[in-house]
Amino acid sequence: MSANITAVVDPITPKDAVRESVTRKLLRDPQALIAGSILLVIVVLGVGSPWFASHDPNAASLDAVNAPVGTPGYLLGGDQSGRDILSRLLLSIPTSLFTAVIGVSVAVIIGVTFGLIGGYSRKTVQTSTEWVFSLIQTFPGLLLLIVLVPLTGGDYRITMAIFGVLLAPGLYRIVRNQVLSVKNELYVDAARVSGVPDSRILGRHILFVVRSPIIIAAAFLAGACIGIQAGLAFLGLGSTLVPSFGAMISDAFANFYTDPLQLVWPSALLGLLTASLVLLGNSLRDALEGARPKSGSASSRGTTRQAPQNTAPSVALLDVRDLAIAYPGPDGKPREVVSYVSFTVGAGETVGLVGESGSGKTQTAFSVLGVLPREAIVTRGSIQLGGLELLDLSEKDKRAVRGRRIAYIPQEPMSNLDPSFTIGQQLVEGIRCAVPGLSRREARATMMGLLERVGITDPDRVFSSYPHQISGGMAQRVLIAGAVATRPEVLIADEPTTALDVTVQAEILDLIRELQAEMGMAVLLVTHNFGVVADICSRIVVMQSGRVVEEGDVRDVFASPTDPYTQDLLSSILDEGTVRLDPPRTPEPVEAQK
Amino acid sequence: MSEPLLDVNDIRVAFPGRGFRAKPVEVLHGISLTVNEGETLGIVGESGSGKTTIGRAVLGLVQPTSGRIRFRGRDITDLRGNDRRALARDIQVVFQDPYTSLNPSMTIEEILSEPLVTLGATKHDARARVRSLLDQVGLPSDAAVRRPREFSGGQRQRVAIARALAPGPRLIVCDEPVSALDLSTQARVLDLLISIQRETGVAYLFVTHDLSVVRHISHRVAVVYRGDVVETGSAAAVTTDPEHPYTQRLLLAAPVANPEEQEKRRADRRRLLEIQRQQDEQAGAVV
Repeated sequence: MSANITAVVDPITPKDAVRESVTRKLLRDPQALIAGSILLVIVVLGVGSPWFASHDPNAASLDAVNAPVGTPGYLLGGDQSGRDILSRLLLSIPTSLFTAVIGVSVAVIIGVTFGLIGGYSRKTVQTSTEWVFSLIQTFPGLLLLIVLVPLTGGDYRITMAIFGVLLAPGLYRIVRNQVLSVKNELYVDAARVSGVPDSRILGRHILFVVRSPIIIAAAFLAGACIGIQAGLAFLGLGSTLVPSFGAMISDAFANFYTDPLQLVWPSALLGLLTASLVLLGNSLRDALEGARPKSGSASSRGTTRQAPQNTAPSVALLDVRDLAIAYPGPDGKPREVVSYVSFTVGAGETVGLVGESGSGKTQTAFSVLGVLPREAIVTRGSIQLGGLELLDLSEKDKRAVRGRRIAYIPQEPMSNLDPSFTIGQQLVEGIRCAVPGLSRREARATMMGLLERVGITDPDRVFSSYPHQISGGMAQRVLIAGAVATRPEVLIADEPTTALDVTVQAEILDLIRELQAEMGMAVLLVTHNFGVVADICSRIVVMQSGRVVEEGDVRDVFASPTDPYTQDLLSSILDEGTVRLDPPRTPEPVEAQK
Repeated sequence: MSEPLLDVNDIRVAFPGRGFRAKPVEVLHGISLTVNEGETLGIVGESGSGKTTIGRAVLGLVQPTSGRIRFRGRDITDLRGNDRRALARDIQVVFQDPYTSLNPSMTIEEILSEPLVTLGATKHDARARVRSLLDQVGLPSDAAVRRPREFSGGQRQRVAIARALAPGPRLIVCDEPVSALDLSTQARVLDLLISIQRETGVAYLFVTHDLSVVRHISHRVAVVYRGDVVETGSAAAVTTDPEHPYTQRLLLAAPVANPEEQEKRRADRRRLLEIQRQQDEQAGAVV
């Protein structure tokens, strides 16, 4: 069985179009393109400013005092001291750029280094770095910079280095939190087992993965630095000889009534610079972390759906016919994940919907519940519950069916309970939504009875417990109690025992079987486990890549599957009979690899 | 065989309790087991039994509070720093989740050559070895330049196996390596592990919750229940004729993929639970 196995490998499926490089994403984003181009132009002007500027920024000429725009040699006019506004504007750009570079570099170097140390190291080191950075954060930033002016001598570069230190805690927090979440990833453990030194683990495995939020934060911090520097210069703190936007705005402000136009140039360029940085930061975030999917396709559902050809009224309780579900692909065109799926579930019957991951079994179940994600489109088909077309219902009417006529048990019981409410509160709320007019006390009595029915020995305690206080098996019992409270006609169970231990799985399957017999409900069980199907299902529907490949009585399908895929699946089950019998191979000592 | 490859002797592991001055919670209460050269020891248990912690203790990812772990006679319990890192040559791991055990930002070649370069191989040698490793686990050689996200779960697990094989280890700790995979992929990956074992004589410490998986790959099986080994023996004995009541329950709880047989098993399980309940009652009456 194992001789030629290595030759059988699934084809490699590159998800090429889904992931494209960050640069290409940025180039396709108009916001990034515009903001980036503006920034590029400003930077080029700034770098070339010593050549572009026609005057020394501090050279004053009495002829040029408040010269109007368009004066020969003074394209944007002169300021109140007779200095060329255009030259000063151009030469202010390097000041702002240096400001951003110094502030951001200091913040990034300190924040990232200590973020990595604080996140990765032992508890004591973590606590002390945390303490130091909290202390830094308590300093009143702007005030401190003003107080320190006598020390810095008004040099904006030193001021910005100090400001960088004050900004570091923000980055430290970001990096530390990222590291804490990444450091327990299995690939970090794997690297440690491989003997990779801590320094390399930090550099290659952790920093590389957490780089996106750092890049994004840096773009925003650059904007903040430029803003603060301009503010300080506006207040007149710092050398008057260094041209900067803040100083220019301050001069123009004093001259506001004589020549208001002088205020426009520096403000506009400063605004443009910081706005482009913030917008570029936003685009970077979208490109690196993925933008939210555009919604809006939900409206197209139902309208574009084609009815199935065969519209004969159905005799089965639940009748799914020619169902097709599509998702918008990377190119915007819908891609079908479920095509022409048809099956029925009769009253009191248990049908197993079986398939491997990606077969579309869960999508099919979700479409019956009417809880497909917003971007999913049902392109074809019909789902009827006792003759009622579910796909034509409004959201309000769907709610009336869901939870009352159709109930649901999820795969992960824990994540389907709200951790901030007690079990009792959630159960009572659920049944009161489904049965309007039920009093709180009646609801409580009903749920208590049901909790006892689903095999919870101490319903009082469980009722007042929070989800984290009960085990996974218990949580699944609670959810089953909630699901059957309204005596639904159809119960949809999506891998209800996959997250549970086998001993608990057996108990839960017994419970579902008993409840079904008592209430006569139909069960649609979504699973990948043929053992579970053999245990509880009367019929089986096998799905592969969005299609039904085989359907039939459980005993018939297990005994003689007709479809090659079903045969393949059944033959790959590790059957009971095969116990490994070949003895361990004792290696020859010579062969030990070095 | 005189000396076992791995000898875990009476280890206890405790984790700090939650909350202020909470007592530590002991998850392993004195576990002893051995793995011989070229052998698979299956460790079966349910969630919370401590089975994964055993593997992590052997790998040095958790520190036992007492007890000793010996590898080829050498005490490795307290190894730190460079000594522990050097052990990477002999002891490796394959984790459960192939989606998080591979760094998403590295290419397969980088992932596979990292342990080799760490252990002193040159870049050139490492690259050549990567090709042969990919071949060994049945992946095409152009896989080297791709990143993990381009592969399916089963293929990623093959990459993880190749990474474990890279330094030519004597022992691989396999922590639920097939639980996250589809049924048909599961069987193929297990068969790959078996054929690699036959070729290289590597030993596996194979941690799983799935009896059918353990039966398929193990020479011997240890059953862990609430932090204790309750039963050890040959795979055939433990999985067909278990002695401990817990193992008996576990065996009958696993459903067979055959409707008729499963019906029988269900009845057997009910009978067993009834007998065990009566025994417990009698024991309670005696005490």
